[in-house]
Amino acid sequence: MKRLRLLVVLAIVAAAGLLRAQVPDGPIRIGFIVPLSGAFAQNGRDILNGFLLLLDEVGYRAGGRQIQLIVEDDEAIPAVTLTKARKLVEADRVHLMAGTLLASSGYALTPYVDAQQIPMVYPVVSSDDLTQRRRSKWIIRTGWTSSQPNHAFGEYAYRTLGYRTVATVALDYAFGWESVGGFQRTFEAEGGRIVQKMWTPVSVHDFAPYLAQISRDVDAVYALFLGRSALQFVRQYGEYGLKDRIPLIGSGTTTDEHVLPFMGDEALGAVTTLQYSAALDTPENRRFTGAYRKRYNKVASYYAESMYTGGKWVLAGIEALGGRVEDRARLLEALRSARPTGLPRGPVELDEYGNPIQNIYIRRVERVGGELQNTVIATIPRVSQFWKYNPAEYLRQPLYSRRFGPAS
Amino acid sequence: MGARSWRLPVLAALAVVLAVGPLVLSSYWIGLLTQIVILAILAMSLDILLGYTGLPSLGHAGFFGVAAYGVAVLSTTYRTDFWTCVAAALLIGIALSAAFGLIVAHVRDVYFLMITLALGMVLWGVSYRWIPVTGGDNGISGIPSLEAHAGLPVTGPAAFYYVTLVVFLACAALMRVVVRSPFGLTLRGIRENEARMRSLGFNTWLHCYLSYVIAGAFASVSGVLWAYYNGFVSPTYLDLTASSELFLMVTLGGPATLVGPLLGAGLIVLLKNVMSAYTARWLLILGIVYIVAILAAPQGIWNLGTRRST
Repeated sequence: MKRLRLLVVLAIVAAAGLLRAQVPDGPIRIGFIVPLSGAFAQNGRDILNGFLLLLDEVGYRAGGRQIQLIVEDDEAIPAVTLTKARKLVEADRVHLMAGTLLASSGYALTPYVDAQQIPMVYPVVSSDDLTQRRRSKWIIRTGWTSSQPNHAFGEYAYRTLGYRTVATVALDYAFGWESVGGFQRTFEAEGGRIVQKMWTPVSVHDFAPYLAQISRDVDAVYALFLGRSALQFVRQYGEYGLKDRIPLIGSGTTTDEHVLPFMGDEALGAVTTLQYSAALDTPENRRFTGAYRKRYNKVASYYAESMYTGGKWVLAGIEALGGRVEDRARLLEALRSARPTGLPRGPVELDEYGNPIQNIYIRRVERVGGELQNTVIATIPRVSQFWKYNPAEYLRQPLYSRRFGPAS
Repeated sequence: MGARSWRLPVLAALAVVLAVGPLVLSSYWIGLLTQIVILAILAMSLDILLGYTGLPSLGHAGFFGVAAYGVAVLSTTYRTDFWTCVAAALLIGIALSAAFGLIVAHVRDVYFLMITLALGMVLWGVSYRWIPVTGGDNGISGIPSLEAHAGLPVTGPAAFYYVTLVVFLACAALMRVVVRSPFGLTLRGIRENEARMRSLGFNTWLHCYLSYVIAGAFASVSGVLWAYYNGFVSPTYLDLTASSELFLMVTLGGPATLVGPLLGAGLIVLLKNVMSAYTARWLLILGIVYIVAILAAPQGIWNLGTRRST
């Protein structure tokens, strides 16, 4: 009996493999990879939600063809991301792919995407080098580079907020280094000084040792956290009495809408920067956040907006080709030259490296109608990943790392 | 013995799938089969420790990961040729297990579990924090394909698969020789009753030590293949999740059998990849499979219907 059962299972598995490979051309197949289990499941879910909302709006049709979305869970493990990409490309024969959340997954996927020559949209992964020193022509990023909003923010913090000395506390991995590096570069170029740089492990549970170290003489504290660590840091920052003494500024994820609803008054007044805010007061964004809230009963996070916008890119590319997506080189060209409008975050265009040039918003946490929101207090228009620097010169400098510019 | 009669046909079926599968399957399924074979080497190496010697290691993915990092660093940063790269990666893995063995070989049971867990975490921490060498969280990508690096005349998923299969068969044969040898029988003796073995005059520490190093060596072989298969390395290769999944492969398939870990690796890889395509709740299904397996086959699938052989 047991032998029989095993053989049957093997036979089914083999048959499934053979059949999968021979699906005739019908709908446009889009492969989609995000973490739906593990520590990053909620972020992955938000990204997926943004895409589902958009696909529903267009009735799963573009360029006169039906769209079939094939969703895979990569557990935020790079090797799994690669395995799922292989499944999508080689077994499901998707026409293009979108997704993934973590930088490590993004880097792991790049050589495969290149080798397979399959157009891929990165809506969220923000590692600078994916569209800089290690870019692939097959990857189109509709999101951002980690340093992109921070370049703008460093200058703003010096000129407008009037800060001269800043201490930074950030998660100790590439996202943290690149964000802090970007901020430090423009802040110090203006004449400001980063007097302390602290790195906390990604798995940090208690910020007491770090908060105790912060110099009480700095003009502001720059914090970069996300998810649980953001909630914990902002709460402890208040508990240590720092909130009333030193202004809290930081990366957009620290007060992003994926954590903001779970924060209290301790978050009020924090100033952060990102290419999006759910409180952005434009008709397009009001429409998007309204529809999102109606469908998912919560406020849209930047993750959701990222894939909504990334999805608009995909649809625009498909429309431009009239649905004839079989030629991958032409599809890539169409995606690169697409200019979707009416985006929640405002006007966006791609630079020649495949990264958006877009508005960067400076947001302050306020309570409006009983709910916390990231009120936009300044808009810095058309910010490129290279800020005001010459791209060729910029790329000759090393990537922002943990060792970029020590505190002085 | 009658209860074991189902084993031979299953073995034959497995052999057929492994031998001719790639000729009829699509490239994606060849990829999964390759994963199974590589992870089977790793699971079998853990079986020497866990099943035959009775030493439960929770840091075994460490050697696998270190060898993979060896390949990555040598082939990308230093651009060494194929054989230097493979030999050096294996040596690093073996040297490390020889060093760690000195620390762990004198402890047993839960203490062994804890120390190997700690050492595994140390390796993970190094891969995560030694950024100039390992690339930290981002890992290292851009490892050349094995076919290109070794200068093989054939390329593609099937070619890589058959290279892997040959290595697998060689490793499996070697491991079989080890566990069937007087040395292997002594390991089993230690598993059953160490005090008695010691009183019989066996140097049990040395046996445990060698068992640990041998397991580390085969884990390194697997790590080398894994690095070439994926083309990149990242700290997730040697984290606790990887080690515990490996542990599950051995216990699910059947410890102290060598074939069991192959079955376990195959089952887990297939379940993960096939289930997750159909439902987002695949973790739940995987959990249920584990529970059912523990209730129905506490000695693992391959030991079904038999008492634990000693």
